[in-house]
Amino acid sequence: MQRPSWAPEEIDVDRPSAARVYDYYLGGLHNFSADRDMAARAVADWPELPRIMQANRAFLRRAVRHLAAQGIDQFLDIGSGIPTVGNVHEIAQAALGEARVVYVDIDPVAVAHARALLADDPTTGVVEADFTDPSSVLDDPVTRSLIDFSRPVGVLVVALLHFVGDDRRPGEVLARYREAMAPGSHLVLSHASADGAPEHADEHRALYRRTATPMTMRSRDEVAGLVAGFTLVEPGIVYLPQWRPDDPSAPLENPERFTGHAVVGRRD
Amino acid sequence: MTEPPAAAPAAPDRDTLDALAAHWAEEVEGTSYVPMAADELQEHLLELAGLVVEAVRAEPPRPEVGAEVGRRLVAAHFTGPSTLERTVVLLADRLPALYGPEVIPAVHALTGALAAGYAATLRDRTLDEQEAIRRAVLVARQHTEQALHASEARFRAMFHEAAIGIGLGDMEGRILEVNPAMTRMFGHTADEFSALTVGELAHPDDAPAVWRLYERLLRGELDNFRVEKRFFRRDGEVIVGHLTLSLVRDEEGRPSYQLAMLEDVSERHRLQQHLTYQAYHDPLTTLANRARFTERLEKVFADAGPHSTRRVGVCYLDLDGFKTINDSLGHHVGDLMLQEVARRLGACAGEGELVARTGGDEFVVLVEDSQGVDRLVGLADRVLAALAPPLRLAGQELAVGASIGVVEQAVTDTTASELMRAADITLYTAKAEGRGRWAVHDPSRDEAETARFTLSAALPMAVAHDEFFVLYQPLVSLSDHRVRGVEALVRWQHPRLGVLSPALFIGPAEETGVIVPLGRSVLETACRDARDWHAEFGSAAPFVSVNVAPRQLHEPGLVAEVAALLDRTGLPPDRLQVELTERALTTDEGAPLKALDGLRAMGVRIAVDDFGTGYSNLSYLRKLPVDVIKLDGSFGEGLREEELYDEVDERIVGTLVDLGHALELTVTAEGVETAAQAARLRELGCDEGQGWLFAPALPAGDVATMLRRGEPLGELTAASPSRPAGLRAGSRPRRRAGPRRDGRGA
Ligand SMILES: C[S@@+](CC[C@H](N)C(=O)[O-])C[C@H]1O[C@@H](n2cnc3c(N)ncnc32)[C@H](O)[C@@H]1O
Repeated sequence: MQRPSWAPEEIDVDRPSAARVYDYYLGGLHNFSADRDMAARAVADWPELPRIMQANRAFLRRAVRHLAAQGIDQFLDIGSGIPTVGNVHEIAQAALGEARVVYVDIDPVAVAHARALLADDPTTGVVEADFTDPSSVLDDPVTRSLIDFSRPVGVLVVALLHFVGDDRRPGEVLARYREAMAPGSHLVLSHASADGAPEHADEHRALYRRTATPMTMRSRDEVAGLVAGFTLVEPGIVYLPQWRPDDPSAPLENPERFTGHAVVGRRD
Repeated sequence: MTEPPAAAPAAPDRDTLDALAAHWAEEVEGTSYVPMAADELQEHLLELAGLVVEAVRAEPPRPEVGAEVGRRLVAAHFTGPSTLERTVVLLADRLPALYGPEVIPAVHALTGALAAGYAATLRDRTLDEQEAIRRAVLVARQHTEQALHASEARFRAMFHEAAIGIGLGDMEGRILEVNPAMTRMFGHTADEFSALTVGELAHPDDAPAVWRLYERLLRGELDNFRVEKRFFRRDGEVIVGHLTLSLVRDEEGRPSYQLAMLEDVSERHRLQQHLTYQAYHDPLTTLANRARFTERLEKVFADAGPHSTRRVGVCYLDLDGFKTINDSLGHHVGDLMLQEVARRLGACAGEGELVARTGGDEFVVLVEDSQGVDRLVGLADRVLAALAPPLRLAGQELAVGASIGVVEQAVTDTTASELMRAADITLYTAKAEGRGRWAVHDPSRDEAETARFTLSAALPMAVAHDEFFVLYQPLVSLSDHRVRGVEALVRWQHPRLGVLSPALFIGPAEETGVIVPLGRSVLETACRDARDWHAEFGSAAPFVSVNVAPRQLHEPGLVAEVAALLDRTGLPPDRLQVELTERALTTDEGAPLKALDGLRAMGVRIAVDDFGTGYSNLSYLRKLPVDVIKLDGSFGEGLREEELYDEVDERIVGTLVDLGHALELTVTAEGVETAAQAARLRELGCDEGQGWLFAPALPAGDVATMLRRGEPLGELTAASPSRPAGLRAGSRPRRRAGPRRDGRGA
């Protein structure tokens, strides 16, 4: 008999997973041959991909540091992936000494790995939930025990929303999170885009169709629509390396080749 | 520390190291993600560069430091495949260039150690991370399995606890699994079910469409269907189930299972049947009632096509003298008698014969496929024989007789209502020919004629034996409902048939001429009674309205006779009214008109009965010596009740009233049954009314009693308020047809 829709999906390591492919791009070793094969094919077509992923991860690091500098010491990282290198709690704790972080992902393997890694750390928690079901994220006991929504919180949706199709109304979902965020909270968002490299976009989307999380690239305007309701932090919506670079004087060649929009917004 | 060690190299100068680190950073940047800002990265590499330079320039060189450098690269997440290559190439190239060729051997040794250290560390890291991710997969799988088990357990519980029967079958119809509700419903164990196929759940009552739907579902043409059908339980009992059958397809969309959900609706069905039973059965005798009988009879006709050879028959019977028993021994005994009769009738009826009680003491046996009159006659004989033995009721022996009308015809020769009319007349014939017998309807003979003939023959003797009596139905003023007059209505107290209404014998009496002596006698009786009232009540006494047949008008002596009668009784002429039908008035012959003139001249009033039902030209009214028109009861029907309200009827009545008044005639409405109708008629200007609302036909003594009471008759109300004009105009068929309900048949 077929698997009824209410039964959980099986775990099939022969099928690439966005979380593990991403880990591979970052130089991680938490991946299987199916993931590496898919990454290899993607890179063959679009050689800049690893650099784009690294730029994304670097944006996340800069953004978390920026938030920590604003005094934000609690984070909700949705679509956190495989905790590989440069995780949010490491960045935040390095900056502040103490911070609480809840990692949320839909991928059961990523979640299991994160749990194993963070088992002994009482300042972090891991939740298996779907971003598009905000109450399952916000009302999870782990979330509730670590995050005080009456105080500013950093909500991260980094390299996540291109896995959420329009049919699931990501803008409306984000608004639900915004309502839960106290004033002074920040949203950190990055999003794959075809704007800079339209020639690669179709191919890339096709590859992700084999994963459990197919891709929807969005334009800058669409990203602006998603973050409507937040006050954008300088410099607004930019390409990944352009968001508050570590060394503003360092020259950036062709930032648009790093096709990905980055933005941080504040909840006023 | 005065003597510096001979081999101690000069401390590497900071600028050279910075340049080397920058160069290194440039080479490895982007080979993998390293979670550091650019300056942090440079800092990290500067430290490593310091170690390297120190190691190759040491005396003796310490190339083993390379292993540590390799380890620290990996630790910083320099895991990209080209990191090592680029590092080795850079060091092999830059170090001799910076520190001279003498460092070359040391550099070779150091880069070798670095590669080994890097590889070993990366191997360990790879093994660790692979192990970690595989463990994560295992844990996640366990979770998934647990969740699957939990959901399966929930599913199982649902399947087990469901009040509704659930069953799964394969595409060959084999039953694979059933839930306990299903086993309870059928009384089969799950094992017994698995030996069954879906086809074995058929019931002979199943509509063929059910199994056609099933075939289509198996072929994948249908994803589900619902039916209500019967099933046999294991013990042979029948249950009624509401079944939803669904097709389950596999991932490729091929039909793979069939899923049945079955709700036992037997209870609901029984309730429905009970209600249906009540609607179709007579509660006293438990026989079928008239509705059931009519439905079955009509179905016989409906089912037969135009070329059908089907024949149908009925025995229509009515008990002789039942009314007397009921009246003398009470309803209780009457009811017992009906029950016993019903029981005996039921015992007479065989296969394909329906016994029904269609009215008070009327019963009918329907034979749906009769194949000839013999069967019906046999049945009628059996019924009479069955009723012959006296009934023991309430401690006494009572005899009951019955008369039976038998009709047997080809379905194509008649209709349900014609058949029943024939049965009615035939029953009457049987009664008229003497009780306790049956008569068979003969289409070649006019039964009604026979009946009439039988009565006609008896009429002269009846007049001679004075078997007739007169009842009076009050006519009231619609303005105050007080009695103005009474209509004299004749009844025949037939020695065998009981009280007969004029509808049955006036026709034959007219034809045979018996009407003349009969009419004379009625006139005489009426005048006497009216005279008595006049004596008692004076001017408050009612006039008496007597029906006069056309035949009487032709009698030359009528006027003289009436004059003599009035003289003899002392009744003032204005207390007498003569009622004639339109037909009597519209003959061209002179005699009737002369008679009317003569009567009028005396002061007797003339009324036209059943006004509006003839086909005559209204203009005759102007020429004729008429004082009163009586509107036929059928005109008032549409004014009777709110829900029967008919605007057209109202307009017609209004017009007739206006016409009457224009000719200075009194207008009387017949058949007044409700207060609303009376009020409406009054509003339309009608002068007098007659009908059940006021009083039925009463014996003379009762009329006197009523007059002594002197109260208005019938509820006196105002006309119902605003009626939405035209709201229902034309929306309902007129009810001109139908039995007259003016109460005179009572
Ligand atoms: C490319 S990774 C991003 C990891 C991390 N946020 C970063 O940018 O470095 C995207 C992650 O989102 C997860 N994901 C996809 N759809 C999701 C959803 N609807 N709810 C939660 N997580 C989701 C995937 O499993 C994957 O781990």
